Amino acid sequence: MTTAALRDLVTRSPEQADQQPFLEVVDLKVHFSTDDGLVKSVDGLSFAVDRGRTLGIVGESGSGKSVTSLAIMGLHSRPTSEKSRPGAQLSGEIFLDGEELLSKTPEYVRGLRGKRMAMIFQDPLSAMNPYYPVGKQIVEAYRIHNPVTTKAARKHAIDLLGRVGIPEPSRRIDAYPHQFSGGMRQRAMIAMALSCDPELLIADEPTTALDVTVQAQILDLIRDLQREFNSSVILITHDLGVVAELADDVLVMYAGRAMEYGSAEQLFNRPAHPYTWGLLGSIPRFDRNRSERLLAIKGTPPSLIHVPPGCPFHPRCAYAGRNSGRSEEERPELVPVEPGHTVACHLSRVEREQIWEHEIARRL
Amino acid sequence: MFAYIVRRLLWAVGLLFVLSVVTFSIFYLVPRWAGASPETLAARYVGRTATEETVHLTAERLGFFDPVPVQYWNWIKAVFAGAEYDYGSGVENCPAPCLGYSFITRQAVWPELLDRAPVTISLVIGASLIWLIAGISVGVISALRRGTVFDRGAMGVALAGVSLPIFFTGLIALAFFSYRLRITAPGGQFVPFRENPALWAYSLLLPWITLAFLFSAQYARLTRAGMLETMTEDYIRTARAKGLPERTVVLKHGLRGALTPVLTIFGLDVGLLLGGAVLTEKTFSLNGLGKYGYDAIVAGDLPKILGVTLVAGFFVILSNLIVDLAYGVIDPRVRLE
Repeated sequence: MTTAALRDLVTRSPEQADQQPFLEVVDLKVHFSTDDGLVKSVDGLSFAVDRGRTLGIVGESGSGKSVTSLAIMGLHSRPTSEKSRPGAQLSGEIFLDGEELLSKTPEYVRGLRGKRMAMIFQDPLSAMNPYYPVGKQIVEAYRIHNPVTTKAARKHAIDLLGRVGIPEPSRRIDAYPHQFSGGMRQRAMIAMALSCDPELLIADEPTTALDVTVQAQILDLIRDLQREFNSSVILITHDLGVVAELADDVLVMYAGRAMEYGSAEQLFNRPAHPYTWGLLGSIPRFDRNRSERLLAIKGTPPSLIHVPPGCPFHPRCAYAGRNSGRSEEERPELVPVEPGHTVACHLSRVEREQIWEHEIARRL
Repeated sequence: MFAYIVRRLLWAVGLLFVLSVVTFSIFYLVPRWAGASPETLAARYVGRTATEETVHLTAERLGFFDPVPVQYWNWIKAVFAGAEYDYGSGVENCPAPCLGYSFITRQAVWPELLDRAPVTISLVIGASLIWLIAGISVGVISALRRGTVFDRGAMGVALAGVSLPIFFTGLIALAFFSYRLRITAPGGQFVPFRENPALWAYSLLLPWITLAFLFSAQYARLTRAGMLETMTEDYIRTARAKGLPERTVVLKHGLRGALTPVLTIFGLDVGLLLGGAVLTEKTFSLNGLGKYGYDAIVAGDLPKILGVTLVAGFFVILSNLIVDLAYGVIDPRVRLE
């Protein structure tokens, strides 16, 4: 498939069609060569995020969510001539504000990291250096991209800490990461990521390691800051609740590929892929009778070395038998089901709507 | 924090006391258990031709007839209060800290130790700086270029460095550099730093390098292992995500975590060597504490052995104390309580 055709698949609502998305990923492939074989962590993924919009990427562990974000940030070590050093083989295109990143030198991409695109990691305790005070780590992130004095950078860091809701920032700035609570650490991590007003913020499971009460605060904080900076946000999570809370668009990933892609409204109200049904059905809810079983997805995610041929989800899919063997042989492409909503599934439209209406909708 | 330091200092004093009791017992008590009489002990300190009477008098003068606790008490009292000794040729005053007189040369031990200490300290300071810098640099580069020719070569040399004893590498180095190429000083020279810093360094260069070779090997391996571990930490990824240059990521974020165990071992190694780098000093004929102790053991000169043991013990205990206190600085997560 040509690049142009792939870009057409990245469907957007009509009013956005004329403007260029801030981030555009086209046919991204990230493969790792290991002793056991080629691991296809991301295999032909395309999506786009506009300024001021939030894209939620959901999927089980190992579906390629984090690998995708590291590829955008240019954080995969590339293969070197030495065999002993593993590296990622990347192909496809990543456009940041119209500029293709994979073809740029690592040094050039380094200059963008932290400045135009920043990242928040899952576990703020291990993601912050335990040997340096929190403030120093923020100052460092700011000064690498801005030629200011240490004093000015420190003042900026205190400002940031205050803005992300850390009490007494001028005192807490000299504390070490282990002296912060989990929620405060994540706030500090966010302050660090925001130090250079990035236009793209990637949050990789930002609330997974936090208490439920703190999760909500952090999500609110990310939303407020996004509005303030009008930045693009990619929210990586396996928690659909978090997606419902924050995301404008949702990309459902499975085995390194996109299964379904659309606006949050479309995905939650009219999910089209059996895998998405499974994800939605796996959420425990209190307004449901306990005797009703959750719509759990059977089995485990496939090995990324031996990805099932055809649709990677077919061994776990309850409806794989309904299209005369196509699921096992033919890889489904993303096709539109309605404007701005695409799905990679062999089920025919009629079949899908029937299954959704009669079997799934009432159980969700 | 203050209470912690005071408590640790008291412990250090207690340890020194125990050390002195144990050392004293080994040299004064164990021979008695083995059946030695005061006279046979004293016989070692007089000539072969001495009469029985002389031996008896010597044993009496050295206090060998006193009960062992009394002997220990006299010895420890002298350390704090000084003592007077009568060797038959008039009374000699030995001011505190008096570690007694050599049974053989009748020289006071403490001034001799003071005299020898600069040699050992000079040797250890120079060597430790070299091995710290060399070991850490090689370790870092090896870790970053894991599996390359440099890494394999460096680790091979390191293995040799750990395995080869000083009296082997030292003699080879002396033969080659001092006697064949004549670019380093032959053994047995020591020029005090205050007299001539250039000559001081020249005279010690070969011992420094030889001693440092042994230790840098160990430090390179330790640093390499530490770096391989810290470079996989999440915070390294964060540092890269901030857009820091790789150099800063490695030296500021990677090395910092890898240094903690290295600096701990460094403190202990330096403390141990300050009490006497026996093999190096012996190989290069340097009159430091190590050679002093070695000669004392060969001669069976108890006051000297006791003195050098106490000084060595003092350095080990002191370095342990410093390492423990430094831990709070090296790793902010450690609270000293």
